[in-house]
Amino acid sequence: MNQLASQPIGKPRVVAVMADTNAAAIAANRFGLGARPGDLDHLAGDPRGALRGQLLGSAPLLADAGLLDTATVLERVAELRLERKEQKREAASEATNEAAAQAAVQKLPALLRPIYVDDAVARVRSGVATDRPFLERLVHFWSNHFAVSVDKQAVLGIAGAFEREAIRPHVLGSFQELLLAVEQHPAMLLYLDNAQSVGPNSDAARKLSRHGFWVHAPQRKVGINENLAREILELHTLGVNGGYSQADVTEFAKVITGWSIGGGQGRQRGGDPGRFYFREALHEPGRRRMLGREYPESGYAQGVAALRDLAASRATALHIATKLCRHFIADEPPPAAVDRISSVFLASSGDLPSVYRALIDAPEAWSEPLAKYKTPSDYVYSTYRALQLPVPEGQKALAPFELLGQRNFSPGSPAGWPDRAADWDGSASLLKRIEWADQLGQRMGSHVAAAARAAQSLGGTLSDRTRIAINHAESGAQGLTLLLASPEFMRR
Amino acid sequence: MTHISRRRFLGHGALGIGALGMGALWTTRLAFGAPGVGADGRVVFIIMRGALDGLSAVPPYGDPAYLSLRGTLAIPPPDASGGGLQLDKLFALHPSLLFLHERYAGGELTVMHAAATPYRERSHFDGQDVLESGVTLPHASESGWLNRALQLKDAGSARLGIALGANVPLVMRGPAEVASWSPSKLANLSDDTLQRVTDLYSKDPVLSQRLADALVSNAIAAEGQAPQEAMMNAPTNAPMDASAAQRGGAARYVETVRALASFLRRDDGPRVAVMETSGWDTHANEGGAQGQLAQRLAALDAGLRELCTALGPVWRNTTVLLATEFGRTAASNGTRGTDHGTGSAALLVGGAVAGGRVLADWPGLHASALYEGHDLRPTLDLRSVMKGVLHDQLQLSDRELDTVVFPESGNARRLAGLIRPS
Repeated sequence: MNQLASQPIGKPRVVAVMADTNAAAIAANRFGLGARPGDLDHLAGDPRGALRGQLLGSAPLLADAGLLDTATVLERVAELRLERKEQKREAASEATNEAAAQAAVQKLPALLRPIYVDDAVARVRSGVATDRPFLERLVHFWSNHFAVSVDKQAVLGIAGAFEREAIRPHVLGSFQELLLAVEQHPAMLLYLDNAQSVGPNSDAARKLSRHGFWVHAPQRKVGINENLAREILELHTLGVNGGYSQADVTEFAKVITGWSIGGGQGRQRGGDPGRFYFREALHEPGRRRMLGREYPESGYAQGVAALRDLAASRATALHIATKLCRHFIADEPPPAAVDRISSVFLASSGDLPSVYRALIDAPEAWSEPLAKYKTPSDYVYSTYRALQLPVPEGQKALAPFELLGQRNFSPGSPAGWPDRAADWDGSASLLKRIEWADQLGQRMGSHVAAAARAAQSLGGTLSDRTRIAINHAESGAQGLTLLLASPEFMRR
Repeated sequence: MTHISRRRFLGHGALGIGALGMGALWTTRLAFGAPGVGADGRVVFIIMRGALDGLSAVPPYGDPAYLSLRGTLAIPPPDASGGGLQLDKLFALHPSLLFLHERYAGGELTVMHAAATPYRERSHFDGQDVLESGVTLPHASESGWLNRALQLKDAGSARLGIALGANVPLVMRGPAEVASWSPSKLANLSDDTLQRVTDLYSKDPVLSQRLADALVSNAIAAEGQAPQEAMMNAPTNAPMDASAAQRGGAARYVETVRALASFLRRDDGPRVAVMETSGWDTHANEGGAQGQLAQRLAALDAGLRELCTALGPVWRNTTVLLATEFGRTAASNGTRGTDHGTGSAALLVGGAVAGGRVLADWPGLHASALYEGHDLRPTLDLRSVMKGVLHDQLQLSDRELDTVVFPESGNARRLAGLIRPS
């Protein structure tokens, strides 16, 4: 980010004021989701204290009554599957029943898509309206760290529920609780295929091979699936250079065989539909050795023990600290800050509020305003908040995220959305932002005083250049467009 | 720097569009690679997302098991009504692929069959990841094979690659800087506003560069747009299909193809482009000689014809590779479609292609030949094709291809002679 060193960062008249207004802007825009009118004034007295204050109180649950829980969604999916099976059978026997076959196949997206939209819209509303935007950003951070992506249809209807059920309740808890909740959530088990993973020496596998199932099981691959185990080690805990081997991945995959979902048919029978269920019959029996430790056979508890050890590992602390520093300080995280935060992570046994406070206390987070280029999602939230735009209904609320390239719950890979400027600052994307800003300017320009709003949302980070450009704009609409398109509004 | 005078604004405003920079921007600065970087070869990779049914796109009508296995999905043999367009005694092209068939006759289309990446599971998103990353495991690389190839050719900040679409897909992501362009849905900014934003960025090296690039790209893309009848049923980029989105997608597809040609025509333009199409996931009512897939293929074919026309003489130097993440089941399913499979077909078309032939070590469709009892067995690694194209069109060495572009791919030997010697 050395090019940012030469950015104009404003020349306020009084040095003391600069410190405060910069800090308030950092608290609102970098730690939060963007300043609303008035936010900077509230933060100015004690921005760090205000951020710490957001960590007090209950978890940000998003307890909107209308949203469905995972179990309900998966029960409906199961019902539909049954129905579809029937129709498939009919369609196969009755050669003219094309419409029915078509309808059956299209019903699943028709069921899941509105659920996805409702959940994503609720998330957007929460981000736009919240008084604890630091906490909401942390929810998004963890959701992205433990990414599931709706381009896999299996999670289309439950990605939102995943965030509400596995992430939000634990965002103020410990990393270990968060990790355990995530890895047992049906969305993760489906997304990374663990629900179907079968130990080669499990009861189920032996039964299947006796019946010759291994050979004649078209479409259905019976066997161990390493996806979840690999991603837990590489992405969720230790990190890619975290000192594990392929042998550890294989062992760990065996440890978590049987971590599955209740309900369903065949191998999926048993347990409450749509909830986590340990399927003893799929579990690979035996003592396992991974990362230099022994895990005696203990069924479900074997996986819990392994996850607890991973959560407490030094490599995990370093990995999480690095990602947090990249998100809240700079694309290339300062090693000293990473060191301090990973030490706090270890010393507090992964107590997340302690880790967040260490982040607030890191001087590096406050020394370089605008060090982070906004992601499309950051850009949309901060715009909505700055302009106090009402969030429209349904799909319309999600359109700007899609237009600017960051569809909700859709990072496309278990690695989540990337978090460096180079991943987001492409020329086509920049022009899209400016065009969107122009559209909003034209819509809102007569309602919002751009010059005042610029000071309210950017505080000390507002540059003279931008301030003057807004003042000289030919219309209110153009002034607003220039604010939203300004270099300082593109960053946080 | 704090004195952005009103005079300056007015000065630019008065000069209007010419000064706004379009012309000025690209004469003072080249957005893309300078001429002479690499050769004149152009490579276009069209990703067919959703798993193309290779047995319909390129029906092996001469295989004795084909008709019975495919049932109502079967494409009739070339001599029957509605039959495929004959390639040889074994293979035909889907009857919708008229332009491609002409190119075959003209020696500019090579058809590859029973091809696949190293990926052997059935998840779209993992399969596409492997197709694009060029490595053997899903999600094991943050960069794509095209980008790594460009990195080897990249001279300074010259950008040789471009992604046509809202986002840069994995295949084009990585250390080499690439350009991107996508059709805009928004009304055009006024010249004055754009000029003011340009001024606002003048002390910001990153944003001013990006904005200048975007304007150059837009201007180039606009050159290629001529009003013409909308193309219906085109493959769309819409991830969740809705008919309105599809219709919008059709118009954008045409616009995108024309823009692609505008970029590739330039001497100082990109040499490698990637474009995405979707809508190939035909689980239900796939159709045979007519129907859903037939319409998609027809639109794709028309898009390629448009590209050929718009490229003009540059078509001679162009290779278009069309590939998908995996194939579909050999037999039809209970909903008159096909499910996720393994081997599929891939196509190389363009004036640079040494075509007029089918490359296939045909495994056959009889029950014992099918992969896992239900899929076309892959006998050709797609990386062998990709290597052959990059070797001839970008002059990459085997060592570079086997280590940097496709790590751990020694078992996928480069296919030689895919490109016509220039």
